[in-house]
Amino acid sequence: MKTLLEHLRVLRHTLQRLLLTPNATLLNILIIGIALSLPVGGYVLLKSVQLLGAQISGTPQISVFLATGTSDGDIERIGDKLKQHAAIQRIEFVPRALALKKLQQSSGLSDVIGGLSQNPLPDAFIIYPKDDSVAALEALRDELNAWQHFEHVQLDSAWIHKLEALLNFGRTAVAILAALLSFALIAITFNTIRLQILTRREEIEVSKLIGATDAFIRRPFLYFGLTQGLLGGIAAWLLVAASLQLLNYQVGALAQLYASNFSLQHLSAGDSLTLLGFSAYLGWLGAWFSVSQHLWQIEPR
Amino acid sequence: MIKFNQVYKRYPGGHEALKNLSFDIAEGEMVYLTGHSGAGKSTLLKLIAAIERPTSGSVLVKGQNIRSIKPAAIPQLRRNLGLIFQDHKLLFDRSAFDNVMLPLQICGFDPRESAKRVRAALDKVGLLEREKANPIALSGGEQQRLCIARAIVNRPTMLLADEPTGNLDSEYANEIMNIFKSFHQVGVTLLVSTHDENILRQFPARALHLNKGELQA
Repeated sequence: MKTLLEHLRVLRHTLQRLLLTPNATLLNILIIGIALSLPVGGYVLLKSVQLLGAQISGTPQISVFLATGTSDGDIERIGDKLKQHAAIQRIEFVPRALALKKLQQSSGLSDVIGGLSQNPLPDAFIIYPKDDSVAALEALRDELNAWQHFEHVQLDSAWIHKLEALLNFGRTAVAILAALLSFALIAITFNTIRLQILTRREEIEVSKLIGATDAFIRRPFLYFGLTQGLLGGIAAWLLVAASLQLLNYQVGALAQLYASNFSLQHLSAGDSLTLLGFSAYLGWLGAWFSVSQHLWQIEPR
Repeated sequence: MIKFNQVYKRYPGGHEALKNLSFDIAEGEMVYLTGHSGAGKSTLLKLIAAIERPTSGSVLVKGQNIRSIKPAAIPQLRRNLGLIFQDHKLLFDRSAFDNVMLPLQICGFDPRESAKRVRAALDKVGLLEREKANPIALSGGEQQRLCIARAIVNRPTMLLADEPTGNLDSEYANEIMNIFKSFHQVGVTLLVSTHDENILRQFPARALHLNKGELQA
């Protein structure tokens, strides 16, 4: 109870001190907010693109087009052989008549297709492999290529892996950015606290003479770093949310042209809490470094 | 209460501030520390408050040896001492009330209980009406009294005062000494450094006389 009251007192003083110099406080919070909003914004964009990729093609598949004139008996035999293949989870047979009908329905080309004298499409199998890593998919594709009656084997979702590789690249870039800007946040707090320690030198000296423990002297500075970091995190969250709101107007218009309802995802509750917790922690860390660097230099004489 | 045994204090560069000091101060005793400026009075007080450490010999304060005291134990030692400085060491960024509040905050006192204690301490030194004033607006004598209020608010068993009347005229000095006398009467141990002959005459007590770092009988 006593310690809780003491912590509340320090917190109140910290907020008072922040309000005492509103311009400097606002500037610091804004700098921290902007620094944090860059990697967070990048993270949000990547997440949306990843979600888009998953929507378009959940699991990768291999399409096998049969040579025209393959008999029904051959088709049945091939189907059984595919079903028994160890690397294949399940298969789907698409007869050429069904394929044509689907094409007519989905692509808006019904007039063109209606004008055709005969069905140009081949019979096809859609194969869902067990292992969807690029290496396994490519191995399976190469193996199937050698089979009889197979005109063309196509790995439909190769592009999703390319996207994945691209996303990984993006993630690494965002991680590097986040690491660099985290250092910037620590440095900003370090310097703010250093200046505070210098201006409050007398108070620290007198407090030590009266019997203050190091923890007591350290506490207000740590609280200040923590609070400033947290407020910076909130600023970053607001910046990202506002930017997404603006971008989503444009994205919505763009997506409509492609008949999609794609929109950029806002930060989830979990991600938001992580952001706030992380920024508060970095602020605390910067303050801690600063305090341990400068406080021992102030000893009463 | 305080026991010095063959204490030397040498500063880097070879200056010997204290030489072979041995004396006792009993609990509840009032003792003067006299001598010219530079005789080592301040150094001696700093040893007791563990602001400095002796070069050799032992300084026992309530049974604790300052020469080997752990840094973590120093805050607790100082909380049992009331320190009064010639230059007051008041904080000008807060009111008189908040200056006196500081030691209680440091000890983690309940705020409401603290406020009562602060007012009692201010009343004792006659500054109750000035509690909202900034110390910079107080006269020299008032600042010294405020410093005393801050030293006693914790109800320490021992007060160390370094030239508490140094910059004051005799009327103010007598006021301060009367306050000290009242603490002595309720059992507080007092060690007061001074070179003011008037005070020694008007408020007689045992005196330790320092000359160039040595104790003179």
